[in-house]
Amino acid sequence: MHAIEIQNLSKDYTVGFLRKQVRRALKALDLSVESGETFGFLGPNGAGKTTTLKLLMGLIFPSSGSAKILGQNYLDPEVKRRIGFLPEQPYFYDYLSAPELLDYYAQLSGVSPARRKQRIGALLERVGLGDVGRLQLRKFSKGMLQRVGIAQAIVHDPEVLFLDEPMTGLDPLGRYEVRELIQSLKDEGKTIFFSTHILSDAEALCDRVAIIHKGELRGVGVVNDLRSSVADKSEVIWQGAHALSAISSPPMEYHVTGDTVRATIASAGLDAFLENLRQQNARLVSVTPLQGTLEEYFLSKTTEHEAVRV
Amino acid sequence: MTSRLSAIALNTFREAVRDRVLYNLILFALLLVASAPLFGQISIDIEHLVFVNVGLSSISLFGVIIAIFIGIGLVSKEIEKKTLYTILSRPVRRWEFIVGKYFGLMVTLVVNAALMTLGFYIALLVTSGKWTSADGRLLVPIYFAILEFLIMTAVTLLFSSFSTPIFSAIFAFAIFVIGTFGDDLRNFAGAAHGITKWFATATAYILPNFAPLNVIGQAAHNQPITGSLIVVNTLYALIYSAAVTAGSVLIFERRNLK
Repeated sequence: MHAIEIQNLSKDYTVGFLRKQVRRALKALDLSVESGETFGFLGPNGAGKTTTLKLLMGLIFPSSGSAKILGQNYLDPEVKRRIGFLPEQPYFYDYLSAPELLDYYAQLSGVSPARRKQRIGALLERVGLGDVGRLQLRKFSKGMLQRVGIAQAIVHDPEVLFLDEPMTGLDPLGRYEVRELIQSLKDEGKTIFFSTHILSDAEALCDRVAIIHKGELRGVGVVNDLRSSVADKSEVIWQGAHALSAISSPPMEYHVTGDTVRATIASAGLDAFLENLRQQNARLVSVTPLQGTLEEYFLSKTTEHEAVRV
Repeated sequence: MTSRLSAIALNTFREAVRDRVLYNLILFALLLVASAPLFGQISIDIEHLVFVNVGLSSISLFGVIIAIFIGIGLVSKEIEKKTLYTILSRPVRRWEFIVGKYFGLMVTLVVNAALMTLGFYIALLVTSGKWTSADGRLLVPIYFAILEFLIMTAVTLLFSSFSTPIFSAIFAFAIFVIGTFGDDLRNFAGAAHGITKWFATATAYILPNFAPLNVIGQAAHNQPITGSLIVVNTLYALIYSAAVTAGSVLIFERRNLK
């Protein structure tokens, strides 16, 4: 079952005062996310990631299209009981303490007083804020605020989580902690839709990713499949260093250790290269297709005019 | 729905308390206590009159200033700081947010007025040295001040739902000043001709009229305030503030929170 189904979702903004122009922030987005999936929504700054999340949260209204979350219209208040949202660089009511903030949000999400009392303490422990007591949020560090942000997003135990740039602005330790939290939510079977421009986070956490650029969906798929789609090199190892000098098209790069050579070959010329080796009586040890990286795929989809290969 | 409205209202009240907005009460109490000996210097006949005028006018003015001061940020601050994102992504309808905010500010203003009233009566007792039944009637202008807060909160919230805090404050204060002279505006409309009459009449009936709510002079002179005036003023404030709040909801329901 699809946890999230986005159909033809577009958003236009009118800019300018006297000479009004329409700027398209999101172009006819079609996307679906399976239940229990961790889905990365990748794109450079200004690509349309936050616009998409704001549309799905009902904070802005689409110019066309619609979406379903858990099979229901995304604006249905009943759906909103079952989803959690962490905005980008969140700011919370800084005159409240963390337990007060969570109690407020839980109440708005319809959690009963008994359940709130039982859940909030445990949740603060889970996000590593069990010892903050009545400290007001204005005295919290950025990393602590981000953890409060995740706690407020899951205080009502939602089935689907939307996280907008959850790791941005955090130091390496903070990023690690937030990544661990997301991983634990994934292990619980939650559906997680998170936007990021930090590709290593997406690679570490996501089952599938989508690339968005200039408001347009540029690609979507399983992380390993996307990596493979840009894998155009192979590693060839053979014995017989003498063969190197006799090969008509030399490898892109190579290392010689004794009589053993390890070389990187463009996949397009692999057959001819292997034939060359056979002719030189070199002893082939292995041929391994090299995995592409998500970064290569990302760059190939977001760089204009020419495909960039790193 | 009730739970969400009360949660939003309580949080708005809590923000006012923790941001030390109610500290004005201390200022009010200090001013009254400090000025009490001055009233003793005035002749015995007008001492009570001046004290009542100053006390009741302060309660009204402090309340209106707080209504504008807090009201201008009720919605815009939540958008600017993005706290609204985590509210509206929950099963909270936009109208519930607006109405909850309205109630929250009204609770703040009523608590503020109640504490000021207590201070006023204590100071009154100290200066006059006795309690008379006429002093009880001074509650009517205080009640009317609260009706004034109902309207001003709604007006400020309306501006806050689509404008910046600075413009909201300017518009709200301008409406308060015009509304204070609401009876004069209506008299002017009655005497004017042509397009001026049309414009003045429209302005007089669209903008709030605070003149009938100001009975401080009558109360200070111990003149009776009729029950019908209390009923009419109550209905006027309720209907006017409900209509303006409905306008805020209509605007806010369509607003893109960029």
